Amino acid sequence: MPQRFRRLQEPDGRWVEVEIEGTKTRVLEGESVAAAIFASGLPWCRTTPVSGAPRAPYCMMGVCFECLVEINGVPNRQSCQISVEQGMQIRRQPGASPEYP
Amino acid sequence: MEHHELIVIGGGPAGLAAATAAANEGAECLLLDEQSTPGGQVYRAVQTVPEQRARLLGPDYQAGRDLVTQFEQSGARHLPNTTVWNLNGRCEVGILRDGKTSLLHAKRVIIASGAMERPVPFPGWTLPGVMPAGAGQILLKSSALVPADGLVLAGSGPLLLLLAWQYLQAGVSIGAILDMTPHGNFWRALPRLPEALLAHHYIIKGLRYQLQLKMARVPYFTGVRNLRATGTDSIEAVEFDHRNTSKRIETSLLLTHFGVVPDSHLSRCAGCDHRWDSAQLCWRPQTDEWCNSSLAGIAIAGDGAGIGGAVAARHAGRIAGLGSAHALGHVGSMRRDEIGRDDQRWLNDDLRVRPFLEAMFRPPPELLYQPDDATVICRCEEITAGQVRRAIQDGHHDTNQVKFLTRCGMGPCQGRQCNNAVGQLLAHELDVDMMAAGGYRIRPPIRPLTISQLAALEDMQAGGGA
Repeated sequence: MPQRFRRLQEPDGRWVEVEIEGTKTRVLEGESVAAAIFASGLPWCRTTPVSGAPRAPYCMMGVCFECLVEINGVPNRQSCQISVEQGMQIRRQPGASPEYP
Repeated sequence: MEHHELIVIGGGPAGLAAATAAANEGAECLLLDEQSTPGGQVYRAVQTVPEQRARLLGPDYQAGRDLVTQFEQSGARHLPNTTVWNLNGRCEVGILRDGKTSLLHAKRVIIASGAMERPVPFPGWTLPGVMPAGAGQILLKSSALVPADGLVLAGSGPLLLLLAWQYLQAGVSIGAILDMTPHGNFWRALPRLPEALLAHHYIIKGLRYQLQLKMARVPYFTGVRNLRATGTDSIEAVEFDHRNTSKRIETSLLLTHFGVVPDSHLSRCAGCDHRWDSAQLCWRPQTDEWCNSSLAGIAIAGDGAGIGGAVAARHAGRIAGLGSAHALGHVGSMRRDEIGRDDQRWLNDDLRVRPFLEAMFRPPPELLYQPDDATVICRCEEITAGQVRRAIQDGHHDTNQVKFLTRCGMGPCQGRQCNNAVGQLLAHELDVDMMAAGGYRIRPPIRPLTISQLAALEDMQAGGGA
């Protein structure tokens, strides 16, 4: 799976470290979790509860709800509307899963 | 319940200008914004963005800086990271902030909810790696993320060209631009060109982008039809018809654009009157010359009241802010009219380009009205066009009936992505207009809340009638 996005080189970027699917990843301070997911190269962030199809963040502005993930153990977080924080644990959200009855 | 004189909802150009104008006239004003920094989508991160990225995004983007500065100097209060989940006709606003819900009340409310990408279903649009162009631009503005080489841009409209130009500035190699503007649009738009030339800077900008893309030898296909994204777990290729031949381009990213529409969930939730705008192809609240909606105390400014773009939104915001300051008794009608007159003139001047743009970039009708049976219409509940058609054939003759029967529009996005597509399917199948097909009934909470968040509302009595 080729990376979809790359980061422009900027001299004065400030970074924080989060864990995406258990992998420590350096991300831009203040950016959304959804953006961090794209930057990390993770190709999709959840599966749907209906058919189990994979989905990735879509609108990036809070109107499609495709970017739902689990953040620090809490499911259904709208990752395009939440800023990254140092040490954040970000996990994919399985749609039709016994974990979320 | 916390009380305010004026609550402005939305921190884009309309909301910032409205709050600034009202506060400058002495109104006590609170601006609620879902984002962490002011600017809305168009001026997203405009204050915090490094200089290099600001240059790349162009002068129109940088114009947002003084808007934010003026807002900060106005004395209006800014409440960022705040989700609005309700507004009713009594000017009560339900908000969610830091995971906690509360109700606010204001004497007047200005809705400045802005625009969203027009959702247009096509085969494969739910695949990871397919996104609206606006989403790509947000990633650039706030995260300095640009697509890997070989992305494909498809659709119709000024944003497609602007984004392609910005990517070019950033050194991205664009795989192809698929222009889906129907060839006939130009001739239909031509009679509107003379008026549009009065706002000719927009037209010149568009031509300049096109020229630079041509000089950079970006593959550009016109008259593209039958767009499909294909792949299993992610997009692998874009397929389309061009001059009666089928083409296929391998890519890991497809960015689409079919224009933008007002984000009308809040104004519809409040109960403001809306009409279907058949030129802009969207639901549009009814507003007067001071941006007042059909409900007393509620005004709507900017793209949320009909698409006019960022400059028009700024003028409309000032008009709404002045109108509210007047209604609150802070400014007399003479002063209001005197200050507002310039903005009303500039607003009308700026809007002159719109009829041309609307005709020129009207999306292909077959895309809006005749999706394949297998195409997913409701992304959340995965309802296909075929299922919607069957519901219509079974006698369900407005969007709400189709929704009840099929669950189309009942997922977490609450119909934001599928409402117009279902209406257009109904209109086409039954040969009725969009007013007859109707829009979904929008009820609070217009953002998903947990039961515990709802239950924790301090003032249940006030919230109960919402």
